[in-house]
Amino acid sequence: MAAPVLAAVDELVEPVVDRTSAHAFAAEHIAPYGNEFERAGRIPEQLLERMSEAGLWAPFLPPEIGGSGLSMVTLGELHEEVGRACSSVRSLLTVHTMLSWAVQRWGTGEQKARWLPELAAGRTLGAFCLTEPDAGSDATGIRTTAEPTGDGFLLNGGKKWITNGQRADLYLVFARLGSSIAAFLVPRNSPGVGVTPIRDIMGTRGSMLAELRFSDVLVGPEALLGPSGFTAGMVLTGTLDLGRYSVASGSVGIIQACLDACASYTTQRTVGGAPLRDLQLIQAKVSDMVTDVRAARLLVTEAGRLKDAGESATIMATWIAKYFASTAAAKHASEAVQIHGANGMGGDYPVGRYYRDAKVMEIIEGSNEIQRITIAAEAYREMTTT
Amino acid sequence: MSNNVTSQILAFISGRYPQVEISSSDNIFQIGFVNSLFAMELVMFIEKTFGVTVPNDELRIENFHSAQSMTELVDRLTPATAGV
Repeated sequence: MAAPVLAAVDELVEPVVDRTSAHAFAAEHIAPYGNEFERAGRIPEQLLERMSEAGLWAPFLPPEIGGSGLSMVTLGELHEEVGRACSSVRSLLTVHTMLSWAVQRWGTGEQKARWLPELAAGRTLGAFCLTEPDAGSDATGIRTTAEPTGDGFLLNGGKKWITNGQRADLYLVFARLGSSIAAFLVPRNSPGVGVTPIRDIMGTRGSMLAELRFSDVLVGPEALLGPSGFTAGMVLTGTLDLGRYSVASGSVGIIQACLDACASYTTQRTVGGAPLRDLQLIQAKVSDMVTDVRAARLLVTEAGRLKDAGESATIMATWIAKYFASTAAAKHASEAVQIHGANGMGGDYPVGRYYRDAKVMEIIEGSNEIQRITIAAEAYREMTTT
Repeated sequence: MSNNVTSQILAFISGRYPQVEISSSDNIFQIGFVNSLFAMELVMFIEKTFGVTVPNDELRIENFHSAQSMTELVDRLTPATAGV
């Protein structure tokens, strides 16, 4: 199916620097096309370019390399507003953010100079490549290998469910290196990289998922990102932490979108001569959406505040925010479909898409079952033996 | 300076694992509770608390064995104070 065509714009795209400008951008360029993106199974280049013009790809990077120097709290607000319009577009931001942050945090001076301006401008789009056909939440089970050679490393293996794998220009690939796991920056056009689109997927259908194959892919020593040895796991931990933060923010956006849709629908739709909103069971559902979206947003904001402060407590705060927000998103997206009745199942309203997309949030960047184990372990860890 | 750094590091570890008693020279990896999550928290704590940036080439396991080795790392990364 051909990619949707966005309406022409007469003026330059306004820069996105805060929640208000992000909302305006998403309301004009993303939300009206969300269902079309889902049907087409892709995001049009036209929108990717407008996101570049708006400076939306990596605005947390410093201005001197093309970013806007935005705080993590503001970044979360941007991802919420984009996620409110379309989770597939937000997912592209998530994986691009993960790669960009990893280069900024762990890259050498050479790696930063080569990639960060490209990533900030959106001329190079990134993807995060960890999951494999037989290893998801269990990252230690990955089988992709990196074998040191005289000229760098030889990569062999496969990755699956890679968001934006079809379109991204640069992959952050995790592979076994000796007894550890290491991260590599691999351009998509490297010889030996195979890309197979995944189109049959329940949610975030526009996120251009792919299965990747690495067959004797030779990369230079400059491809290795971050420390080797025991601390290599920190690259993975830190990158996933930021991905979780973005997913949590996007989940808040889904809840808000459900609330928006339901408030509108129940005001217009009548039953027995009165609007649906007059029914107390409808009010109960809407009130729960209001409460949960505020609670989830507060948790995300707190995680972002801790990131901005450099506090290590942000990691657990982000786990909790992602668990709460994604669970609430799935619950309220289901209720939003219920409120819309048969209309919720069809393609004329967005809530069916929210429902499909919300389910994904409970699975990616650490399944919610893993998150509950981690959160509970934290509680037990802090217990004293007395 | 160093004693203060060591005590702050020990306080951080104790705060995360109240049930474990460690001294400044104990190898926290041999105790067995360090994983990549805690390693990341440790690095963030050191950078935030002592105002340093740990470069990639200092992210070696021997620098994080114990509160003492982490103290030595902080000392290396802290610019010498001008003056007397």
